[in-house]
Amino acid sequence: MTDLSRRKLIAGGLATAAGVSGLGVAARLAQKYGLVPPDHGGIYGLGETLTYASQRLLTRHSLAREFSRTQISKRPLENELAPPSEAFKRLQAGGFADWRLTVDGMVDRPGPFSLAQLKSYPSRSQITMVQCEEGWSYIAEWIGVPLFHVLDSVGVQPQARYVAYFSIEPDWWDSIDMADALHPQTFVTYGMNGNDLPVANGGPLRLRVPRQLGYKSVKFVTHMTVTDSLKKFGKGLGSAAPEGGYAWYAGI
Amino acid sequence: MATSESVEVPLGVHVPRSAAVPATTVTARHSALVRLTHWITTLCFFALLVTGVEILISHPRFYWGETGNVLTTPLFKLPIPSSRNLVQTGYGYVLPDQNGWSRYLHFQAAWIVILTGLLYAIYGFFSGHFRGNLLPDKADLSWRAFSTAITGHLRFKRPTEAEFWSYNVLQRLSYLLVIFVLFPFVIWTGLAMSPAFVSAFPATVNVLGGQQSARTLHFFVTLALVLFLLVHVVMVCVAGFRSRMRAMITGRAGTQKEGA
Repeated sequence: MTDLSRRKLIAGGLATAAGVSGLGVAARLAQKYGLVPPDHGGIYGLGETLTYASQRLLTRHSLAREFSRTQISKRPLENELAPPSEAFKRLQAGGFADWRLTVDGMVDRPGPFSLAQLKSYPSRSQITMVQCEEGWSYIAEWIGVPLFHVLDSVGVQPQARYVAYFSIEPDWWDSIDMADALHPQTFVTYGMNGNDLPVANGGPLRLRVPRQLGYKSVKFVTHMTVTDSLKKFGKGLGSAAPEGGYAWYAGI
Repeated sequence: MATSESVEVPLGVHVPRSAAVPATTVTARHSALVRLTHWITTLCFFALLVTGVEILISHPRFYWGETGNVLTTPLFKLPIPSSRNLVQTGYGYVLPDQNGWSRYLHFQAAWIVILTGLLYAIYGFFSGHFRGNLLPDKADLSWRAFSTAITGHLRFKRPTEAEFWSYNVLQRLSYLLVIFVLFPFVIWTGLAMSPAFVSAFPATVNVLGGQQSARTLHFFVTLALVLFLLVHVVMVCVAGFRSRMRAMITGRAGTQKEGA
């Protein structure tokens, strides 16, 4: 072995060692600042973590694009839905008067909210786009109460890191980090285009997360849990989406 | 690792196209970094292409502007079956849904190809690779040089010895187009579809005419890249598959005798 190649070998070895320990430090920092998504394991973990971490750093406070009234889609698309459950049909028959959103977990004052209660809070509206991961999209006006207002009223404890939310329909749940949960455009949505939110679009209650793709905006929400860890929900991947092969973070 | 008989061309030195290289000398045609980034990019491109097609078939319709769905008029539709019931394709069946892993792999490959591309670009600027190997000489930007290169191609002329060591003006311009126009544009149009990315940088989608326009443009840039790939592979075969592959894999050119 010549001197040159030995020097190259040593330099290469040092560079590799530096690279590996650099990655180790980066991984620990990312964990500390909440930049690692719950579905970071497996062969796609690298890409998922890079996407989530970089978008979280770039978009912590950015606002989803809002549109003018003239850009509202003439007919909001009604995506395919599984037939409603018996529980849903019962509540629907009662005009959703008995619909409750229960908020619990790491909060000081857990409790159920009726639709009337939610509507009594300051109402906000936004004209934003629903973008499906399949490629189609539409724009609508969404009316509701910002989630941060609901979270304020229950008193979120400081160790909270995620909000998990559940549909009345089985195996339909998701979660978002506190950056999205406290984001001013994340709405507990009960209205659309000036009316009540139609069942076909998630009524009576849908969580709207406009900076992420449509599947994060779970329909028919009845339950929310504030938590510091997503490990105890489902398979621990953060939502039903990764269990079905889809990414937890859907900002792209 | 360099073996004793191979002589690597130092960085920044490109062999002039007139240089007659003695057939016995073994010289690196492509630097190690160019070879490495070339094959990583190749691998990522195939991953991106396959997963991109899988994502596309969940909604094989294209629109212009901000929004588009099955209730709105498309710019055009692809005559292929879909992986969703929502889209009426005229086919009596629905393909299996492959979107989940396709999206995971699409973004992972995109990250790898972007980081690889950055490494290549930094190297290309500082080593003189872009200036020496890809930027055409002033003299070559003439009609005469163009017509010589084009007629040579049309006659399926095998390249000369000198052309093995250097790119002609058409090659240089197409590589520059792919590296500095098509790749950046395909990344841009991809990011312009991301609701979170455009929340931070709304101009990136607004100047394209909307989110559906970005998706349509992403498709067309991909077509351009696939066209480049096809021509690239055909030209490698015409020029001498074995010598070109050896040059891009081992870096070694060896003699110019093509076996077949």
